[in-house]
Amino acid sequence: MADTQITGKAAPVAFRDVTKAYGKEVTAVDNVSFDVEAGKLVTLLGPSGCGKTTMLRMIAGLEMVTAGTILIGDKDVTKLPATDRDVSMVFQSYALFPHMSVLENVAYGLGFSGFPKPEAHARAHAGLELVGLKGYDARLPSELSGGQQQRVAVARALVLEPQVLLFDEPLSNLDAKLRRQVREDIRGIQQDLGLTVVYVTHDQEEALAVSDEIVVMRNAQIAQIGTPRQLYDAPADAFVADFIGEANLIPCEILSVDGDTAEIAVDSYRYHLPSRGLPPGPSKMAVRPSRIVLNAGDGFDATIAKATYVGVRMEYSIKASFGSLFAVHDDVQNPLDEGSAVKVSFKEIGPVLIPPDRPT
Amino acid sequence: MRIAASERTTHPVLIFWIAAGWVGYCLLPWYGVEDGFFSFQWLIDGYPFDEDYAPAAFLIAQGEKLWLAPLLLPLLAPLVMLGRRKTDPLYAPVLIIAGAAGFAWLIAQGFGIGIRGFNYAWLTALFGDLGDRQFGMGYGAMLLASSFLFLLTQGIAARGAINGDVFVVSAIGGVIVIVATFVFFPIARMLIAAFITDDGGYAIGAFFSKFFDDRLWGLGCFWGARCGAALNSLFLALCVATLTTCLGLTFALVVTRSGFRYNRALRALTVLPIITPPFVIGLALILLFGLSGTVTTFVADLFGTQPTRWLYGLPGIMIAQTLAYTPIAFLVLIGVVEGVSPSMEEAAQTLRANRWQTFKTVSLPLMRPGLANAFLLGFIESMADFGNPLVLGGNYDVLSTEIFFAIVGAQYDQGRAAVFAIVLLFFTLSAFFAQRRWLGKKSYTTVTGKGDSGVHPLMPRRLAWPVFAIAGIWGTFTIIVYGMIVYGSFVELWGVNNNLTFKHYITAFSVGLNEHGLHWSGSAWDSFFTTVFIAATAAPLTAAVGLTTAYLLTRQSFTGKDSFEFGTMLSFAIPGTVIGVSYILAFNVPPIEITGTGIILVVSFIFRNMPVGVRAGIASMSQLDKSLDESSLTLGANSWQTFRKVILPLLRPAILAALVFSFVRAMTAISAVIFLVSAEYNMATSYIIGRVENNDYGLAIAYSTTLIFVMLSVVAFLQFIVGRTQIGRRTQFVTGR
Ligand SMILES: Nc1ncnc2c1ncn2[C@@H]1O[C@H](COP(=O)(O)OP(=O)(O)O)[C@@H](O)[C@H]1O
Ligand SMILES: [Mg+2]
Repeated sequence: MADTQITGKAAPVAFRDVTKAYGKEVTAVDNVSFDVEAGKLVTLLGPSGCGKTTMLRMIAGLEMVTAGTILIGDKDVTKLPATDRDVSMVFQSYALFPHMSVLENVAYGLGFSGFPKPEAHARAHAGLELVGLKGYDARLPSELSGGQQQRVAVARALVLEPQVLLFDEPLSNLDAKLRRQVREDIRGIQQDLGLTVVYVTHDQEEALAVSDEIVVMRNAQIAQIGTPRQLYDAPADAFVADFIGEANLIPCEILSVDGDTAEIAVDSYRYHLPSRGLPPGPSKMAVRPSRIVLNAGDGFDATIAKATYVGVRMEYSIKASFGSLFAVHDDVQNPLDEGSAVKVSFKEIGPVLIPPDRPT
Repeated sequence: MRIAASERTTHPVLIFWIAAGWVGYCLLPWYGVEDGFFSFQWLIDGYPFDEDYAPAAFLIAQGEKLWLAPLLLPLLAPLVMLGRRKTDPLYAPVLIIAGAAGFAWLIAQGFGIGIRGFNYAWLTALFGDLGDRQFGMGYGAMLLASSFLFLLTQGIAARGAINGDVFVVSAIGGVIVIVATFVFFPIARMLIAAFITDDGGYAIGAFFSKFFDDRLWGLGCFWGARCGAALNSLFLALCVATLTTCLGLTFALVVTRSGFRYNRALRALTVLPIITPPFVIGLALILLFGLSGTVTTFVADLFGTQPTRWLYGLPGIMIAQTLAYTPIAFLVLIGVVEGVSPSMEEAAQTLRANRWQTFKTVSLPLMRPGLANAFLLGFIESMADFGNPLVLGGNYDVLSTEIFFAIVGAQYDQGRAAVFAIVLLFFTLSAFFAQRRWLGKKSYTTVTGKGDSGVHPLMPRRLAWPVFAIAGIWGTFTIIVYGMIVYGSFVELWGVNNNLTFKHYITAFSVGLNEHGLHWSGSAWDSFFTTVFIAATAAPLTAAVGLTTAYLLTRQSFTGKDSFEFGTMLSFAIPGTVIGVSYILAFNVPPIEITGTGIILVVSFIFRNMPVGVRAGIASMSQLDKSLDESSLTLGANSWQTFRKVILPLLRPAILAALVFSFVRAMTAISAVIFLVSAEYNMATSYIIGRVENNDYGLAIAYSTTLIFVMLSVVAFLQFIVGRTQIGRRTQFVTGR
């Protein structure tokens, strides 16, 4: 990491009962509250159309809330327009100004912040160096590759030392290989400078990889907030379980609860796991494909419906009494045959009980 | 840094407009200066105490024009706000009330008190005789009016309208006020004039007696007399619209569906109507088919018949307008024909339709909205045309010329001119409404032609032959007509003495040397320089108003945007003659007294040509991704800085185009101009018409030819510049997406 004059002025962000409606019909964000701690990278994750971009644009001041309050660094900014908020945004399309050179692009915002030209240019150079684009300052955006354009966009936002930095699906215009690299770069800069970042994506893997905290959204509302681990290991409901990594939803019966531990039955198979406060009775559990064990002693009966070889592992579709399951298995040397009967059990940790869906 | 900026107390823009208001009130001459807007004679001529040149403050101090004194109140009120923040609960209300009250009082006193004291009997009844009078607004009044307007918009912005964006609110307010002043107000004045009786009162009957006049609706032509002008205009416009649409489609098919090799040459045709003064075609037709025209005398010699005056009247106007407006239809229809998705046609062909069936069942129906658009455009153009009927009209009266004769003729009948103008306006506005109703907003978004990789099929043979024949004949005819214009300018006296000569050019454009240096002795120089000066003044203003409006329409959303758009595009459908009449009626008396000046010409061009600028701006702005503006905003620029630093630089080609086209259109305009010219400000086109009326065809044609070449070089220059700008940044526009 280059020595740099750029420092973070990270500030927390808070949403208090924020609603955004377009006309009478569309409610893009519905009564949402959450907090972003200063210096943390928080991801807004959810399927397309669930209101992520709208939330981000409300932080930036590009959309005004219909109801509720937005605080940045304890200051109520609800009514401030974008120009007057200390927030920068990296656009999905990068939105580099095609008629300005790389350096002019990066120095653009500094000019409005009252820096004299020499200092603005010095800071812009520092910003370019930070994103690894030293020596590119005279080029036009059209003379850069997609990944470089992306980094210019990041530098342009960074040099303003914003209280909050926003990213809207920053990787979606990059090819698959570059994505991992850029994602790590962004995370690295964020951690080094201690920036507050709000990051939008619809890709759960990306979210798990970069975030301190993830806000999972569904239909304009928050489905769950938590660290990547919490979301993966203890999804609040079936939607989150399925959205964060794949999961098999298996109906089960809670036989008894002893303290924090519940005993459950799937067909004749018995299994112990955290009760999460659920009472005895019919319930559902989420089991990741990798947590399913085949033909290892105890288990419920099923048949292999389909076996697919994908190189590093085997993928199985399994037919059980309650429906079908999806499992992966590392043993590619001794694949199970399609149509053969198997005993299915679960690994010791991983499977979780799913609280019944909240009515929406 | 940015936080600090947002909390800075007094905004410099506010200080600026408050100061401007005080300057307007205390320093600048309040009333219009007789010697012209750009003359500064007044500075050494008794200013600031002379009544004619005194600022409002000095007038009041001398005990005159006391009705201007209340303006002090709204001038003082905003001063209180200087130290306060925008969030101060008093800030917005004080600015709004001061701005609105000041503006309203300015308008009220302007209309209430005129050159003969109170303008309305009830005011005299209320306050007694005023015993004083006032003239049109001058620098001071204008500046103060602007100051009040922008104080008002800043107040509205401070209340939170459009996110509190001062620039956008002010731009909206500014555009609304100038469009209201220079489009709606004159039209309203004209409507009122239609109800004035001969003795100066108002009566509904006055309107109807003129409205049901035989000169408008007479059916005499069915039994040998004359028909009314309204019916004539309508019939003519329908014929011309049909002809131009058919011919335009023919040319468009040749260009896009025939493998014809000289497409570029054909496309160049579309530039003709832009650079040709509207009556020039009429002149060329006279050279060909007039009483002593080439063709006429040739045929008369051949068959031993008497030459006739068949050209003067419906046939002549129709041919001239069809020649003049076919390129416009062509321009519209090229886009339409190319816009039909090739994959549709290919699909039809794979479904076993042959080429003719494909054309009839798929292509043609898909083109129908475009055809309707071309038809309505032709209709509006024909209705509004003034030059050709004036030159070729004969006994065939049409509305646009009748309006002119009602005003300038011996009859001088404002009321009748107003009624005729209303009828004309009714026709063109109906077409305009129909166009918007059917075609919605699509009518001015161009087809991108992206994302469709098919190939247009060739025309079916059954269609190809007639299309080629018609296009060939009409194309040749157009070339002959334009050739005639150039050739005619060198002929001594057409049909009488066919010797070639430079005489006409020398008369018009000779330059001599005398003791003072260069001497522009030609008779045309005067009007030529005036025209260039006026057109060059109007062009940047037109572009500015047009592009600002386009920016508001494409980039901002606000309540009433639809009506806003409608109001700004409306002037497109107002014929020049109507503008001319309404401007004379509206701007001959205070508060805005500008007839006979150059200003009225400039203003009329701005609002006649504004829709061109708006369209050009909308077309290119909708190609700029909106995230460019938004990223600029999040980087701390405000919307004015964004407009100036991001949008305008990217729009450079559009700006140039708007500049050049409004310049060229101002050079060739005649219909509104002919009402508004004065001895001091004579324009090229009206000078030429004057020559034609004196049967001095040679000079008229030589002057017209010169204009055509001047404009051709201006347009070529534009092509050159824009072409280069685009090459210079060939790949740039693909970024940012
Ligand atoms: N300007 C707008 N007008 C009307 N509806 C909008 C507008 N912008 C977004 N929406 C709607 O709001 C919802 C959320 O949009 P968005 O925030 O863009 O979703 P995403 O999570 O994919 O980023 C969508 O249903 C979208 O159609
Ligand atoms: Mg989105």
